Amino acid sequence: MTIAATRAIDRIAGRAVPLLRDNVDTDLIIPSREIRSVTKSGLAGGLFAGWRYTTDREPDADFVLNQPEYQGAPILLGGANFGCGSSREQAVWALAEDGLFRPALCPILTVDLPAREIRAETGEAWSFAIEDEAAQMLLTGRDEIDHTLAQIDEIAAWQHDDRQARPWVYPNKDAR
Amino acid sequence: MTMTRASHLLPRTLFQKIWDAHVVSAADDSTLVAIDRIWLHERTGAVAMKTLAEQGRALAAPERVFVTMDHVVDTLPGRGDATMMPTGRDFIRATREAAIEAGVTLFDIGDARQGIVHVISPEQGVVLPGVTLVCPDSHTSTQGAMGALAWGIGSTEAEHSLATMTLRIERPRTMRVLVAGTLAPDVSAKDLALHVIARLGAAGAKGHAIEFAGSAVSALSLEGRMTLCNMAAELGAFSALIAPDDKVFDYLVGRPHAPAGADLEAARAAWATLFSDEGAVFDIEHRIDAADVAPMISWGTNPQQSGPFADIAALHAPAADDSGLARSIDYMGLDGLDAVAGLPIDGAFIGSCTNARIEDLQAAAGVLAGRKVADGIRAICVPGSGEVKARAEALGLDRVFLDAGFEWREPGCSMCFFVGGESFGAGERVVSSTNRNFENRQGPGTRTHIASPASVAASAVMGRIASVRDLGVVTEDAR
Repeated sequence: MTIAATRAIDRIAGRAVPLLRDNVDTDLIIPSREIRSVTKSGLAGGLFAGWRYTTDREPDADFVLNQPEYQGAPILLGGANFGCGSSREQAVWALAEDGLFRPALCPILTVDLPAREIRAETGEAWSFAIEDEAAQMLLTGRDEIDHTLAQIDEIAAWQHDDRQARPWVYPNKDAR
Repeated sequence: MTMTRASHLLPRTLFQKIWDAHVVSAADDSTLVAIDRIWLHERTGAVAMKTLAEQGRALAAPERVFVTMDHVVDTLPGRGDATMMPTGRDFIRATREAAIEAGVTLFDIGDARQGIVHVISPEQGVVLPGVTLVCPDSHTSTQGAMGALAWGIGSTEAEHSLATMTLRIERPRTMRVLVAGTLAPDVSAKDLALHVIARLGAAGAKGHAIEFAGSAVSALSLEGRMTLCNMAAELGAFSALIAPDDKVFDYLVGRPHAPAGADLEAARAAWATLFSDEGAVFDIEHRIDAADVAPMISWGTNPQQSGPFADIAALHAPAADDSGLARSIDYMGLDGLDAVAGLPIDGAFIGSCTNARIEDLQAAAGVLAGRKVADGIRAICVPGSGEVKARAEALGLDRVFLDAGFEWREPGCSMCFFVGGESFGAGERVVSSTNRNFENRQGPGTRTHIASPASVAASAVMGRIASVRDLGVVTEDAR
């Protein structure tokens, strides 16, 4: 997984919204009809739109994200296989824009990235796994393209060899 | 590097061979992998290309980047840039402008080659055996049917691959799904895919590159193989692939972007080494007996919630012992029902990257010939590409669909998913040759049942959920 971190994140603490249903797919996180703009913003209003609104687009009081005690909660507690289905990154952008990753008051859960640990106020703690590369990206807020372009000589050398080994992969620009 | 490519003592899987040939540099838990081909579409392509342009970054290899209009473009005859989706025109125009600016190959509206990305990539010879190919679309695994390592990515990864022709990823685990024996004549690749998904589950291949193998897979046409690899996305797989054979090699001869002449000879020699070695070890192996596979249809809101028509007919709504299942049953309007098969339907849809190739249209037309769609059913056929449409029309299939009462459309993803324009109605029950029966996928409140093109055609004729077996006539074409 590639993560474009735009700001450093090491610890998030706050209420966790329980959405404990398995196989919540990205169509549910943001329905395609809610993706109206050719940008990465303006998506929060479409977050969980199918569940969050009644048919006349009033907030559905039954949906957990609309309940007063979870307003401003920065953590979403999902079920198994959360985010399956369509590879639309708008699902991530919508969650981020909504603020589900933003620290709030009244901490109940703490997600500690350097320690790879989630702690509850009750003292319980759970460890979690994340790739080192992804964790570093979050911790530093670094742009991954810059990181890779630092290896540009290595990539060029690989391509040079590969052009000899697999010339058919490389289109002849003049022939096009 | 040449050494690591040439000399391997241990038997390797097909996946491992392609992976090894693309490692630029490896760290403990992630590898910088070279990308040979990138596909974009108008849904996310403009954002990726515009973001790079705003950052002052160039595309590393525009001659290996391809763009099509498929996701939001209308499919009604006479279409242009305007779409029923309120802001669709913005996506189309921004993508066109960005593609021209970046100097990539564009298959635009009005171009006879335009179509769904995973349908036109093989047609144009863009995907080749042994290449790495990425696209910001979860069904990119479709193209693994050509013996490529092809996978879906997000927008950020699209930007990274465009700027560097590499991606930094964790090596997926390997899984082989061996399908032994022979599929029954009226059982299609779609039925096999749904059978596998129902068996392994919606996350059954999460993080894995699946190799489909065995006699029933080798016997499939390229179209059938693409359908099978396409549905690997519904297993949560990283990707899926099938060892390329003469069917693949012969298909590629003369394709516009495929190698020719001496390049083709060298390529064929290399492609012939693309198979899993005897004794190669997979992280997981599953074995399926082709004789166990029957025509399948989904009943719930996830492809895992599928079963054979015969079982579905006897299906009592499962005990709602968890909220997810209760919600599926409620959404699909199955509460209190004794059977799913035989339920009256409102719509029938044939199309999508799963089942909109020529063989799919032939299978449906084989059922529809001399028959009519039942009264009150909205039935739509959307060919996957301009090439599929032209071939179908040359064979007279358009007349079969139109005479039966189907709409005959221009190529695109169309009503496989609702982008804000056209949709089926709330509460309407639709039998669809697509890949996802998620809530609201084909329209707010629409109830989607996914099945093979032949089953969609049979259901349209019967006006209720039905397989070819219910029609009482099994034609050779229904395969």
